[in-house]
Amino acid sequence: MSVSTCPSESRQRADGRTDVAPVNSLDERDRAIVLATQVGLPLVPDPWGAVGREVGMSGEEVLARMQAMQARGVIRRVAAVPNHYRLGYVANGMTVWDVDDAHIDRLGREVAAIEGVSHCYRRPRHLPHWPYNLFAMLHGRSADEVERQAAVLRERLGEACRDHRILYSSRILKKTGLRLAGAQPGAASKDTERRG
Amino acid sequence: MTLDDLDAIDRLLINRLQDGLPLVARPYAAVADELGIAEGDLLYRIERLREAGVLSRFGPMYHAERLGGGLTLAALAVPEADFERVSEAVNAFPEVAHNYRREHELNMWFVLATETPERINAVIDGIETATGLSVYNMPKEEEFHVRLHLPV
Repeated sequence: MSVSTCPSESRQRADGRTDVAPVNSLDERDRAIVLATQVGLPLVPDPWGAVGREVGMSGEEVLARMQAMQARGVIRRVAAVPNHYRLGYVANGMTVWDVDDAHIDRLGREVAAIEGVSHCYRRPRHLPHWPYNLFAMLHGRSADEVERQAAVLRERLGEACRDHRILYSSRILKKTGLRLAGAQPGAASKDTERRG
Repeated sequence: MTLDDLDAIDRLLINRLQDGLPLVARPYAAVADELGIAEGDLLYRIERLREAGVLSRFGPMYHAERLGGGLTLAALAVPEADFERVSEAVNAFPEVAHNYRREHELNMWFVLATETPERINAVIDGIETATGLSVYNMPKEEEFHVRLHLPV
């Protein structure tokens, strides 16, 4: 079950690894709230009450459960997800780097801290076709701006980096808030999706 | 609606809403107070920005793994002549959350999100069957940073 439209934000431990909460941290009432809000939060003065009417709970309970889920990191935040292109960020570069495995954990954290990097992950190589093991997303108003940012990353990675590429997105083929399989279509969408 | 159609309040609002709504009894009223506008004006603006597609989404952002789900990034090398067919076949899977064309030999990149971690492999098998192509599965092995913020 998952609904994030962006990769996830996790608490970092001191060693840079990621803590993941137990799977069973949601009960059925939490799940009902997740199902009812995965397409969006109702745009009405009392959104908790509106969600509560969908799921048969009071607005107070919905709010308390969402606060608890946010405290546990199940909800990263309740926020707007902008369309990059419509905000003028027309150059969205996925930069990929072939970094020496011996140094990637330290360098990954350093690269992630550079201004402009929105997401940064270590991922598996697929040799021989795909040698890149470090991914960093950059967003700019032009390809030049992304390339200036990438040059900063290149310098930081130094000799540990053998090769890199910038893969620009040229078309959004699909972008949705995810739908849980088995969710009731439209059940949660009346308030927020009706005008599409 | 283009960027030029956004007024100063719209811009403040977009920046503010990327940071997250406070989880309080009247959350929109709280943000409206911060910005010095009326609650109704704020609600109208969010609705308009969503309708215009400036905002893709407004609501809770759930952490897939902490919900007990599976999440991965995957890619395909799609022959140009076959791109539309493959795009439709991939997008038809409800587990495909987003899908981008990128300019590389691996020219289709999509995020899979599933109810359970074990489902990821089944969906990948399904996509390989539906497209006739090999999926490059690239699950995250380490997360160094996630914080998208696009100031306007």
